[in-house]
Amino acid sequence: MAEEMLYWQALNRALDAEMALDESVFILGEDVGLYGGSYRVTEGLYARYGEWRVRDTPISEGSFTGLGVGAALVGMRPVVEIMTINFSLLALDAIVNMAAKVPFMSGGQFPMALVIRMPGGVAKQLAAQHSQRLEQMYMNVPGLRIAVPATSQDAWWQLRQAIRSDEPIVFIEHELLYFSKGPVDLEAEAPPMHRARVHRQGRDLTIVAYSRMLDLSLRAAAQLAEEGIEATVIDLRSLRPIDWDTCVASVEQTHRLLVVEEDSRFAGSGAEIAAELAERCFYHLDVPPARLGGRELPTPYNGTSEAQCIPRPSDIVAAARRLCGT
Amino acid sequence: MDRETQLAMLRDMLLARAFEERAAEEYTKGNIAGFLHLYPGEEAVAVGVLHAAEPSDYIVSTYREHVHAMVRGIPPRRVMAELFGRRHGCSRGMGGSMHLFDRERRFMGGYAIVGETYPVAIGIGYAVAMRGLPEAVICFFGDGAVNQGTFHESLNMAALWRLPVLFVCENNRYQIGTEIHRHSAVAEVYKRACAHRIPARRVDGMDVMAVYQATAEALGEIRSETGPRLIECETYRYRGHSMADPGTYRPKVEVQAYERKDPITVAIAETLPRYPTPEEIAAAGPDAIEGLIGAMNDAGRLTAAQLDALKAEVTQVVEDAVAFAAASPEPTLADAQAALDCNRNGEVLI
Repeated sequence: MAEEMLYWQALNRALDAEMALDESVFILGEDVGLYGGSYRVTEGLYARYGEWRVRDTPISEGSFTGLGVGAALVGMRPVVEIMTINFSLLALDAIVNMAAKVPFMSGGQFPMALVIRMPGGVAKQLAAQHSQRLEQMYMNVPGLRIAVPATSQDAWWQLRQAIRSDEPIVFIEHELLYFSKGPVDLEAEAPPMHRARVHRQGRDLTIVAYSRMLDLSLRAAAQLAEEGIEATVIDLRSLRPIDWDTCVASVEQTHRLLVVEEDSRFAGSGAEIAAELAERCFYHLDVPPARLGGRELPTPYNGTSEAQCIPRPSDIVAAARRLCGT
Repeated sequence: MDRETQLAMLRDMLLARAFEERAAEEYTKGNIAGFLHLYPGEEAVAVGVLHAAEPSDYIVSTYREHVHAMVRGIPPRRVMAELFGRRHGCSRGMGGSMHLFDRERRFMGGYAIVGETYPVAIGIGYAVAMRGLPEAVICFFGDGAVNQGTFHESLNMAALWRLPVLFVCENNRYQIGTEIHRHSAVAEVYKRACAHRIPARRVDGMDVMAVYQATAEALGEIRSETGPRLIECETYRYRGHSMADPGTYRPKVEVQAYERKDPITVAIAETLPRYPTPEEIAAAGPDAIEGLIGAMNDAGRLTAAQLDALKAEVTQVVEDAVAFAAASPEPTLADAQAALDCNRNGEVLI
């Protein structure tokens, strides 16, 4: 039985459920405890589980993420919250050089049941330092897995799966999704953590998106349908690994591919997605794959300029029309 | 301290020296590649610290960690095999010289980015504190590593939450080629700990007994849940930073002065009923080990025979390690893939 839940509430329920089940799960990050989390995700957990399991840290991203690595080496399941993906740049050594490498460099002796949560993406006029989409950076690191839930249901499912996994997972949320509402069935069986989901079936083109771009793509698809263009919309749900088979099966039917990403288009996630699908689907494509991404600018503070820098539903509609030659 | 423990420490120091010199030889032969950071000169630190530790303690080390690994109990043959990049290496050929790991012995790795050992150590310490166990974490780092941000970040958290971590600085006075007074405004590393209210002290890192005593005391305090401690061991490396470094930036007279303070010399002196006189040490010349061993044999002391036996034993151990490494097969690409995927535990990803 599904209930309506905000995205942050679904994450909160997932943390609570796993902490209740397993004493080795603990949370650490800035203001996650007494304060309840910058986006309320850890609300109530400090009171329930105490300061050792919900640890407020100093502003030391490099070392508290590294602390998570050390704890995971001895069988703990730390969930590190980094306040925004922008601050994760200060923890890159712990994420890229340690979490992704130590299990491998030890010849597989050590697990790394570490989850590193962070919101990423452009929110509302936070200016360039707080409005980055750096997921493509983590995509290029073997040894990491990346989940990008776009819905409340996936927030619930994927966070629980991430905590249970013995591999390091970068878990990228989105500031503008925290207060979006969606149905969550707490009892339903989850699909595999990295499997893509087809949200809408259409014959004319395949739109591949993830995170907040899913919602925008679905809105665009609804508008396109009114014009007679039927789009399939796929939510990748994961950026490493990527569920290519689901995408290939769709492109083989629609013969057109549009990738929608929020990050900068040059060397962004869409470059990898389009390149791989072009290789796999070359003889099925009627036109070259198209990518829609952020403009090549640090995100401006000005609200109008900011909005023009990332794809909008109208941009997706226009790109789809171009692909379909209408 | 009993004579057996002293002899065991001497044996480990002799083994350390023999192993590292042999590793250098194998490197020049091409059997070991990549970066190879050797430990001669610093033996008293690893041996003194780790002999004072319990098997239940965790060790986090740097990229100059062959000796830490062996003193911790990883068989020299498995260390040498790892240096050779072979399948029977302690990291199955995936880590190499700078990344030795042994989960069973709680040897939590060699870390090759300067300043990484602190957060790993406090993370393990955090887990130990949560579990309420009488275990400690020993965190090695060099003098060059104290200028990384993670040093202060991690010491702050360790002190704040009273984590059971012993920070051990191996101060060999050189950050690769930059002498400590040229890289640190405060050259006394232990003084930095007071900024975080962590009790700290400086010990003669060329004196294995002093290192052992200081470590034993600090670990005792840590086990009584009084929070972290820091020990700065003043030591010296005889060789360059790595095999790629001839070490020519150091004054010859400085190198010679430290060779006279050879920790192995000091340890041998401890097994004698008396300390050698300054004249005897000076007469020993630059090769202080050979000189003293010769002097002991001349004196016809029981310990001289034991020393010979020890030297023969460690030579044999190193020979065996090299033979074992050479015979160990190369890992396959499938082994490499398995090293990455083995923690998946059958989880279906897609």
